[in-house]
Amino acid sequence: MTDLMMNRRLLLGGSVAGIGLAFAGRTRAQTRGPKPKLVVIVARGAMDGLSVTVPTSDPNYRALRGGLAINNALAMRDGFGLHPALPGLKAMYDAGQLRFAPAAAIPVRVRSHFDAQDVLENGGEGLRAQDDGWLNRALAAAGGGSFRGLSVGAQTPLILRGAAETSSWAPGGQVKGEDRIASLLQDLYVDDPLLQGNLARGLETEAMAMAAGDTSLRRNDVNGLGQAVARLMTGDNGADVVALSIDGWDTHARQNGQMQTRLTGLDQVIGGIHDGLGAQWANTMVVVATEFGRTARANGTQGTDHGTGSSLLVAGGALKPGGLIGDWPTLADNRLFEGRDLSPTIDVRSVFKGVLRDHLGVDRAALDSRVFPGSAAEAPTLDGLV
Amino acid sequence: MTRTGPPSRSLDAAVALTRFGMGAKPGEIAAVSADPRGWLEAQAGPQGAPQPQGEFETSEARLEQYRDYQRETAQARMARREAEPTPAMTGEAAPPSQAEMALDARRASRRDLVQDTAREFLARAQLGATTHAGFAERWTLFWANVFTASATKFQAAVFMGQYEREAIRPNVFGRFEDLALAAESHPAMLLYLDQAQSVGPNSPAGERRQAGLNENLAREILELHTVGADGGYTQADVTEFARALTGWSTAGQGRGRGAGQGGGGRERRAAMRAGEPGENGFAFRAVVHEPGERTVLGRRYPAGGVDQGRAILKDLANRRETARRLARKLAVHFVADAPSPELISALERAWTGSRGDLAVVAKALATHPDSWMPEARKVKTPYEFIVSAHRAMGTSPRRVPQLQQALVQMGQPAWAAPSPEGWPDTAADWAGPDALVKRLNWAKTVGDAAPAADAVAMAEGALGERLGDRSRQFVARAESRAEAVTLFLMSPEFQRR
Repeated sequence: MTDLMMNRRLLLGGSVAGIGLAFAGRTRAQTRGPKPKLVVIVARGAMDGLSVTVPTSDPNYRALRGGLAINNALAMRDGFGLHPALPGLKAMYDAGQLRFAPAAAIPVRVRSHFDAQDVLENGGEGLRAQDDGWLNRALAAAGGGSFRGLSVGAQTPLILRGAAETSSWAPGGQVKGEDRIASLLQDLYVDDPLLQGNLARGLETEAMAMAAGDTSLRRNDVNGLGQAVARLMTGDNGADVVALSIDGWDTHARQNGQMQTRLTGLDQVIGGIHDGLGAQWANTMVVVATEFGRTARANGTQGTDHGTGSSLLVAGGALKPGGLIGDWPTLADNRLFEGRDLSPTIDVRSVFKGVLRDHLGVDRAALDSRVFPGSAAEAPTLDGLV
Repeated sequence: MTRTGPPSRSLDAAVALTRFGMGAKPGEIAAVSADPRGWLEAQAGPQGAPQPQGEFETSEARLEQYRDYQRETAQARMARREAEPTPAMTGEAAPPSQAEMALDARRASRRDLVQDTAREFLARAQLGATTHAGFAERWTLFWANVFTASATKFQAAVFMGQYEREAIRPNVFGRFEDLALAAESHPAMLLYLDQAQSVGPNSPAGERRQAGLNENLAREILELHTVGADGGYTQADVTEFARALTGWSTAGQGRGRGAGQGGGGRERRAAMRAGEPGENGFAFRAVVHEPGERTVLGRRYPAGGVDQGRAILKDLANRRETARRLARKLAVHFVADAPSPELISALERAWTGSRGDLAVVAKALATHPDSWMPEARKVKTPYEFIVSAHRAMGTSPRRVPQLQQALVQMGQPAWAAPSPEGWPDTAADWAGPDALVKRLNWAKTVGDAAPAADAVAMAEGALGERLGDRSRQFVARAESRAEAVTLFLMSPEFQRR
């Protein structure tokens, strides 16, 4: 069993257990052009941004990182390189389909994974400000219910929980919605709306996945998972907005090997979504965000501890080419947050709001008050992402 | 399925066995009906929770096996580095090289370690399916989840069975501070949260080589095991506590490097590094302990080796914030996703009044009126669902792969919580769309494999007066016995507790 456990940490498995995907709604352009598609990937455990978008030209990087410094980064402009385990993303970068914020953070300065993930996902201004997720609220604000949301994995992540109904899916289903037992259960659950609604949505999504082809995946077929997700996003009833989470970024010890594995998985899942969407990639955006970054210095165990700023990636065929999102604060001693972390230069909500406004057409008033309550001071990323 | 009228003993028995136990076995509700509260209270004894049956290694023996595995890993790596390049395309089958043999040995050891843990997990599930002390079992699962170690990390996976048997079960009805100390100093936790490698920068070892603090365990003790994220501590408290905990390690840690390479002086030094052995594979390695006084949450702790960290942990365990946080967590786990403030206060009072005596807290839970409300408001976890289904059918899980596959599909792989926060605990976490489809898949498989079952009797035995008329009718009117079993397992009354 433990091989399964191990791989779960890696991502998915026959179970896709490490990945929880969530789709949420759509807003703009029901009538003209192809539907916009959005995938939000939550990297859980605090992804080390300095190993993802590597500040190769920062004079302090190598001294701070020592043996953790990435020496063979794939060169980009602006003094950065991509981790070598991200060749797929590098190809997108070269095609003008990848941009990044090198030093983004949530609005609250905490170093608890769980508090910080809550804030990242609920879109609140402070701790425990919201019980539901911003992607769910975006569903309602965007299309008046016409957008479809879905999560992949047994548990719906907070980012997609809320009033708007969403579905979820993972490989391995057997029961069909039209089976007798399924309709009996709909009857049996008449006094239990939670079970009734969720089973109905689960079976509906399963039916879509089956119609799209074989739903079995080899255990570590991350690209295949991305493609399966893409299939659930196509067709008339396809999901419009997806948020996917990948676990296992809490690299307190022996970081480099773990980052190689996780980033390979990230590269492949995005590659699978790209491949699976085909022509639809042109109207798709993928966002990768984490709850916080890690300490600028290596710790005593070839790892890093909980920090503050980290990378935020935006990819997709719908993306407008452009430079860095937000500034680079540098790793100079006097610029480090509390003397230990990369200082954030941009609030993750700015980027999320930019994506929702430019890609899904959510208006500014809804973004400021409903999707991200009390966030009027954080303007959507100004230069227009899409 | 809400019923009105006077509370009945047999309804209380059904509540006790399902809400607080692992589910009812046939005949169990009748047996417990004589005194449902007494049934709960009798399990909260100083002996702790029952142990799974079987021959299992101690942590000390397990550490030896784990060190062997680490040595083989190092040897395999070395052999690969030294291996000559394979002659290309000679057409002859070459004898296995030293590198291949070393790799095979490593693989075999890893497989053995994994299989032992799997065997322990199966024994634990079998205990759940057969025990007469279902409350003690659920209480154990709760505390094991508060102090989560997870097999998502291989080093911790090796010790998961030992962890529950040695650190959790004996202490679940004792003082919370003793449970906390046993959990934090067990190899499973020390390896899961990287404590075993943390080195005080000013310790003798820290000054000699490039190594330093790892604050992971210190932070999670504060955030997840005791006072909680809003418990009023700062980054400075985390770092100070991490300094105090340096030296908390596993027996044999520090011996790995250079082991087996001879050299008398080296072995002597290695023995020094290995530190003083303690209980359950714990060792305190003074050579990496950060010297000096520490201040945590405003309180000063004089230099004192292993006792310094213990004193801080003990104080944290007995803080009011800890009592409040865990009282709430208990109420959420056993009674409702949104429990009443009265229930939380009652548990908190029992906790602080008894200085964290968990048997007293358990009895406060067993006597609170909220605990006996007939509506089943909590959705079972996948593990609770599977084990309670076995109990309802009078069976016991027999094979690991089937058990593990079902748990993976429903979102709760064996001993592999996704993070130190442990498994989530609300209906929204466990009854999502895909999770319900996977529960239905499993229930169908179980139904198909039980062609002779009398599902109505099964449902009555498992749920007693908690079985509602509607579900009883659906089960009774099913078109086949297999369908009847599936409907019973998927009924709202059985999905909830």
